[in-house]
Amino acid sequence: MWFASPDVVRERLEAAGYLADDGTAMSVFLAGALGKPLLAEGPAGVGKTQLAKAVAEATGARLIRLQCYEGLDEARALYEWNYKKQLLRIQADDGAWDDIFSEEFLLERPLLKAIRSEEPTVLLIDETDKADVEVEGLLLELLSDYQVTIPELGTITAARRPYVVLTSNATRELSEALKRRCLYLHIGYPTPERERDILLARIPGLPASIADQLARTVATLRALELKKSPSIAETVDWAHTLLALGRTELDEALIGETLGVVLKHNSDQVRAAKELGLPSRS
Amino acid sequence: MTTPGSLVDRHVRFVHALRAAGLPVSPAEGLDAARALMVVDLSDRETLREAYAATLVKRPAHRPGFDTLFDLWFPPVISGGAEATAVGENAELPELRERLAELLMGDPADPAFREFARAMVGRFGQVQAAPGRQSWFSFPVLRALSPETLVARMLTVMLDERGGLPEKVARRHISRTTEAFTEAVAADVRRRIAEESGVEKIARSVVRPPIDQVDFLRATKEELARLRREVYPLARRLATRLTIRHKHGRRGRLDFRRTVRASLPTGGVPLTTHMRPPRPHRPELVVLCDASDSVSTFSHFTLLLTFALREQFTKVRAFAFVDEVDEITRLFAPGADVLDAIGRLTKETDIVRFGRTSYGRVFERFAERFPDAVGPRTSLLILGDARSNYQAPALGALKRLAGQARHAYWLNPEPMAHWDTGDSLATSYGSVVPMRECRNVAQLAAFVETLA
Repeated sequence: MWFASPDVVRERLEAAGYLADDGTAMSVFLAGALGKPLLAEGPAGVGKTQLAKAVAEATGARLIRLQCYEGLDEARALYEWNYKKQLLRIQADDGAWDDIFSEEFLLERPLLKAIRSEEPTVLLIDETDKADVEVEGLLLELLSDYQVTIPELGTITAARRPYVVLTSNATRELSEALKRRCLYLHIGYPTPERERDILLARIPGLPASIADQLARTVATLRALELKKSPSIAETVDWAHTLLALGRTELDEALIGETLGVVLKHNSDQVRAAKELGLPSRS
Repeated sequence: MTTPGSLVDRHVRFVHALRAAGLPVSPAEGLDAARALMVVDLSDRETLREAYAATLVKRPAHRPGFDTLFDLWFPPVISGGAEATAVGENAELPELRERLAELLMGDPADPAFREFARAMVGRFGQVQAAPGRQSWFSFPVLRALSPETLVARMLTVMLDERGGLPEKVARRHISRTTEAFTEAVAADVRRRIAEESGVEKIARSVVRPPIDQVDFLRATKEELARLRREVYPLARRLATRLTIRHKHGRRGRLDFRRTVRASLPTGGVPLTTHMRPPRPHRPELVVLCDASDSVSTFSHFTLLLTFALREQFTKVRAFAFVDEVDEITRLFAPGADVLDAIGRLTKETDIVRFGRTSYGRVFERFAERFPDAVGPRTSLLILGDARSNYQAPALGALKRLAGQARHAYWLNPEPMAHWDTGDSLATSYGSVVPMRECRNVAQLAAFVETLA
């Protein structure tokens, strides 16, 4: 068992510096209790990767991370044979043809490493949507039965089920088969109340009044129809900026000057300045 | 679990209702949910809701429908119990409005918030629907309390001085909590109706379709705002899919020089061949869109999407018309504010003469004013309902336009069953330019994929 109840999840994640809402705490708890992978989806910068790290920290487990990218394949995700070593072995001993496919020559990659790990492990498969569709096929066996099949060695079953977290920015729809095997957690933008708490937890020394103002202002920005809404990470950056500037009051002029920290498109800045009545930047 | 039968039964019926509302819940997922119920604390309703959500809802678009159904199947309270204790039964209306203002300024997650909404439905929501029959409605509740008229009072309490950004932020907070209150009232009305006439009966009618299934021509104002917010994510998803397809689709021609160079180490035997990278197929797009009121929601959304996708085309030109046609491309210049562009569309362009859509006249004028717009590399896209107010169709002009273009498509936001009714010329125009029904985002996305 990873966690005893959703409340325990919330407490321990909070100790690890992650403020979970009800949905997050429940999903994290269920993923541990049912032994199913957790798929966290949502816009960039809302703390999906952070969640996996916090789970690892809260449970004292080892974090193994597989970063997905276009062109990721089996050799880099699962395992590879150490060809050089195999060649040397054959050259040294002609009768060695049979034992070059053994443990000794196997190079572990993140997925295999997570499966064979004896200690508690959190496996983070980051930005799953960036990988090619074929990689999803590769993940299916792993995620449903916690085993992988290596033709030369046979099937390797998990010594101890890892806690799997997949993240996705939803740049493409993941396959139904993959989604069906996972618990699904949509992490969206937080309510102003929660964002204020996040700011206070992440930035010690931030006055509560500024945190409150920031959270409400960002919520107002998100209500506008922007190309890219500011994420939590950007709100945190904003708070850091204000702290660095040594300002304790958030007024319109200051917002206008520092808007570039949260809005990264010119049209968005113009729009926000117009809708909020900020002094326009020259 | 003392009565496993009833819980299992409720679970199964709930899963069925979700499927009926369009959520793809597989039997395996149903089992997962049942397993989840074994490990969570069933006495807490929100726990139960999140447990179901984590196992059954795999798309954010399905969450609102799920929440509505959950509230029906697992109601927060049952009528006839000890209700309306917190809020005095005989409290006067001004007192209630005072309390409402207080709640609207606070946090909508506060349990007192929903409790108040329930009490108010109990007090004001019952209406004589027919002689001898009572029913529940949210309208009388909102009319009695009228939260909109409280805004000014709340602003005075929340702000030292009016105006500027603080007021915007405060207004935003009030509109968020007011929305939450309206939703809480509606949820309680649904619960009361369900209690009286059965859950299954009401469940069928209350769930709004997920946002990508919403009919363009019937979308409410807030659905339109949500749709517009979907434009960029949708464009990004489509662009990713298109790039993937281009990469996998065709291989380029043989690169002779590189192949010969690579064959040198093997004594001139070309063991590995090299291909030129495939040439990306990027059509030029000309969009001709009906900007009259009847279909403007659809045209606007499609325009937004085409301009969000502009990287997928070499060139995008857009023209709008009612009974006169004008180019609107400049309004959508890169970096320009697209919402602004939509607003300026009717003001700064010359598209209205008498104000009654006339497709025939528009096609003729288009060929006359912009003879070079449509060329052999152009994909021509016409957006409109093909309702021409009984005026001459000018099929000849359209035929010539379609002939000049490489491809021509017509997207019609009306359901196919309504084509050719009244003044619709769908079949006549459809015989010249292939016409497709395009009523919602899902259909539009499917079309864009075939286009680029």
